[in-house]
Amino acid sequence: MALYSEKVMDHFMHPRNVGVLENPSGVGEVGNAKCGDIMKIYLKIENDIITDVKFETFGCGSAIASSSMATEMIKGKPVKEAMALTNKAVAEALDGLPAYKMHCSVLAEEAIKNALLDYYQKNGIPYDEADFPEGHSHEE
Amino acid sequence: MQVYADNAATTKMSPTAIAAMLPYFDTVYGNPSSLHTPGQKAKEALENARATVAKCLGCEPREIIFTSGGSEADNQAILSAARLGARRGKKHIISTAFEHHAVLHTLNKLEDEGFEVTLLDVHENGLVTAQQVKEAIRPDTCLVTVMYANNEIGTIQPIAEIGAVCKEAGVPFHTDAVQAVGHLPIDVKKENIDLLSLSAHKFHGPKGVGALYVRHRFPLVNVIEGGAQERGKRAGTENLPGICGMAAALAESCAHMEANAKKVSALRDRLIQGLSQIPHSAVNGDLEHRLPGNVSFCFEGIEGESLLLLLDSKGVCASSGSACTSGSLDPSHVLLAIGRVHDVAHGSLRLTLCEYNTDEEIDHILKTVPEVVTYLRNMSPVWRDLQVGKRQYIL
Repeated sequence: MALYSEKVMDHFMHPRNVGVLENPSGVGEVGNAKCGDIMKIYLKIENDIITDVKFETFGCGSAIASSSMATEMIKGKPVKEAMALTNKAVAEALDGLPAYKMHCSVLAEEAIKNALLDYYQKNGIPYDEADFPEGHSHEE
Repeated sequence: MQVYADNAATTKMSPTAIAAMLPYFDTVYGNPSSLHTPGQKAKEALENARATVAKCLGCEPREIIFTSGGSEADNQAILSAARLGARRGKKHIISTAFEHHAVLHTLNKLEDEGFEVTLLDVHENGLVTAQQVKEAIRPDTCLVTVMYANNEIGTIQPIAEIGAVCKEAGVPFHTDAVQAVGHLPIDVKKENIDLLSLSAHKFHGPKGVGALYVRHRFPLVNVIEGGAQERGKRAGTENLPGICGMAAALAESCAHMEANAKKVSALRDRLIQGLSQIPHSAVNGDLEHRLPGNVSFCFEGIEGESLLLLLDSKGVCASSGSACTSGSLDPSHVLLAIGRVHDVAHGSLRLTLCEYNTDEEIDHILKTVPEVVTYLRNMSPVWRDLQVGKRQYIL
């Protein structure tokens, strides 16, 4: 199907890191069912390293592929690197997304940032609010 | 196995229709407007095709205008009735909330020009009533346009009853019958239809050709200006291969209508019954007043585009009314019109069958759809929330 790149189809057909984590260090959920996209990301963080990551997604092919790729890109990486992950980097790693699907990569970036914010807040770690623009929320 | 179950989008051409087109590419290739013999042979074929189409609709050949398809026919019908109305100081149009965009967007254009449009609410079973039309008619109503059968949920509207109401009130009545022609018995005179749009590729004819039935003496305005083809109402050299292919396909569909409907509705009913076993799902649209080939479902907790992509990978070609398949943020206006909330409308699936489908293909669909729905639900945070009670089931 020409709608998506081979990379997108690969990550959609064979998504990496699907599932949930018991006792996660941080959880982030973005989107809402009304708009047709919800992404939920679970992080396990040990010694400032993301040792495990899982996701659940309700959404279209590119939403599932973006979740899968984004989790691959932060797995095993320091928290700081995960914080720096941009939606553009996710889309590029997927060899591009159709213009009207770019918001799927935005959701992936936001879900990760939300999970990290949850981690900071749960552990009383100081953070810069400027890194978490408004509109990021765990609830609808 | 590849199962084509998207016949409401378009159909495979019938061998009869293909054979009917071939002579008009390289043998009888004259221009029907030319005076020489090849031209006159082409003209004869054109008029034979017109007579065939007219016979299938129960009208006279001179009441058929060939167009590029259903959308052009819809545009011309609606704009013509609007212009006629405006000349008489009538600028009110009645339609329904779940029409095809060829109708809705034409009505939007007329609203910008000062027309008032009443879109009737559609009942949750996917039907409007003649009573609703009757109550909406005003002294300044210049057109009622109601689709014959809905393209997404397959519900068949009470066209003859609406036609009777319009006739009594003296209001022109147009119906977009793109999904109905070739599949349902239609008699424009008995049903009091003034204008009817049809498209060849929905009944195993070629793409890019359709027709507008227009009651004798109803004044049409041109959408395409130019030469005097189609009694001066639609300019441009006629698409003769397409028109002959359409006529052949329509004659064939009408000749086998009863047998096809019996076969296809049996396949449809098997499919509906089987898919109904999937928990937290629902059929869209009335089961009785329904096109023989239409199956439409909503599945809670999943999104339609990912469902389609996975079904395609397993050989099932279907469609969905999810936002992601339409390229907009909102799911199908048809599903919203029958009261499906956004959350559920995103998880819709349309399977549309024809007489070429087989029982084995239905078996394949019935095996594949539940697997894919379960797979997607298992990775859906919405489904998890529903299961643990954090979110209430809608279906």
